Amino acid sequence: MSEDRYKLNKELAQMLKGGVIMDVTTPEQAKIAEKAGAAAVMALERIPADIRAAGGVSRMSDPKMIRGIQETVSIPVMAKVRIGHFVEAQILEALEIDYIDESEVLTPADDVYHIDKTQFKVPFVCGARDLGEALRRISEGASMIRTKGEPGTGDIVQAVSHMRAMNSAIRDIQNRREDELYETAKQHRVPVDLVRFVHDNGRLPVVNFAAGGVATPADAALMMHLGAEGVFVGSGIFASGNPEKRAAAIVQAVTNYNDPAKLAELSYDLGKAMVGINAEEIQTIMAERGQ
Amino acid sequence: MIGVLALQGAFAEHESCLDRLGQEFFEIRKREHLDRSMDALIIPGGESTVMGKLLRDMDMDSILKERILGGLPVFGTCAGLIVLSKRVVGGSTSLGTLDVTTIRNAYGRQLGSFETVAGFDGKEIPMTFIRAPYVESVRPGVKVLSEVDGRIAAVRQGNQLATSFHPELTEDLTVHRYFLEEVAGVM
Repeated sequence: MSEDRYKLNKELAQMLKGGVIMDVTTPEQAKIAEKAGAAAVMALERIPADIRAAGGVSRMSDPKMIRGIQETVSIPVMAKVRIGHFVEAQILEALEIDYIDESEVLTPADDVYHIDKTQFKVPFVCGARDLGEALRRISEGASMIRTKGEPGTGDIVQAVSHMRAMNSAIRDIQNRREDELYETAKQHRVPVDLVRFVHDNGRLPVVNFAAGGVATPADAALMMHLGAEGVFVGSGIFASGNPEKRAAAIVQAVTNYNDPAKLAELSYDLGKAMVGINAEEIQTIMAERGQ
Repeated sequence: MIGVLALQGAFAEHESCLDRLGQEFFEIRKREHLDRSMDALIIPGGESTVMGKLLRDMDMDSILKERILGGLPVFGTCAGLIVLSKRVVGGSTSLGTLDVTTIRNAYGRQLGSFETVAGFDGKEIPMTFIRAPYVESVRPGVKVLSEVDGRIAAVRQGNQLATSFHPELTEDLTVHRYFLEEVAGVM
């Protein structure tokens, strides 16, 4: 991938800032998401909550379904591939997908290596639980980062802890002396250039969204306060009682995260939230996949 | 004082340009923020469908339309161009104050995004196009300030300036300076 292409890919993520990216499984859902104000949609066969319930192996979606969604909406369309499955990624690139999510929500295809994302023209977003993971994915070519959270649970606790961990590590690096950065890079198992960027700029070199467990407008606003630049909502919308209304409310909550009165109004009478599973009660910890 | 529409998208990048030009600004996230007086307005890049919906849901569209038609200097980039356009192919109109026809996602998906150097008001500047629109045609009274490969990339109609590219993503401040000096007259 050329430097120009990587820059353009990071810039597409910049255009998504302040927005909500919604998981959809059909063209109909994609249309609902677009109308509700989604900045992009993530096309996948089953929402994370259902993947969790069904068990078994979860893979890239059928290209027919992805095409159907691309033809239905005009906003960017993203889709997931298994960690390390570069052939699934090649297939999505052939479909001219706007963003690939190399995602722990699907069953990993490689338990050691992630995809060498520098070999692709299309952009990648990857999940991370802490700064080291985020910078490792960026050094492999990711042009956008999201917290892993714990997908399909409707429990925000993991996304909160991942975002806090990332930002406290960033603050820690900012306070270090220049000559300490080599050791810091070793501790985080990342290239020193990326650590130096964080030291000088106080942020990741790419856009950082929250994901995994966002179920309510308040959850979305909480993540924005903690430093997210936008949110992914997976199961939280289409596993809830009134997807249209909840989706539109989460979109406005991201814009007005700093306005409690507005958030109260947005949270009013949204119908049943996704039931949710306590992140401590689950057996498959997706966030531990691919470190 | 410049108002920056901060509903969604790359508004922080515009704010950084304003900073570098020594201009004061404030963010507009809801209707009440429009009560503050401003000398000019910037509508950033992002997703035009999202901005259009939020402008409507938060009752900001008619008041903004009225102010722009009343002479408020406005600068829209990419999604901002679409929000201002009177006719939109492949999308819906929002404020519809700028008398042009704009094609949305005119260069295709992300693989069609590109960078180039081209003329703007007679000066060569770097331009970044991200899933960009272009202006297909303009009505009398609209001046074309830039064309890239025969496609209109920047237009001005009196107090309104719009580009299909993102000057806020490059280091070059030519277009922002043009807006603040020539269109808004605040510099």
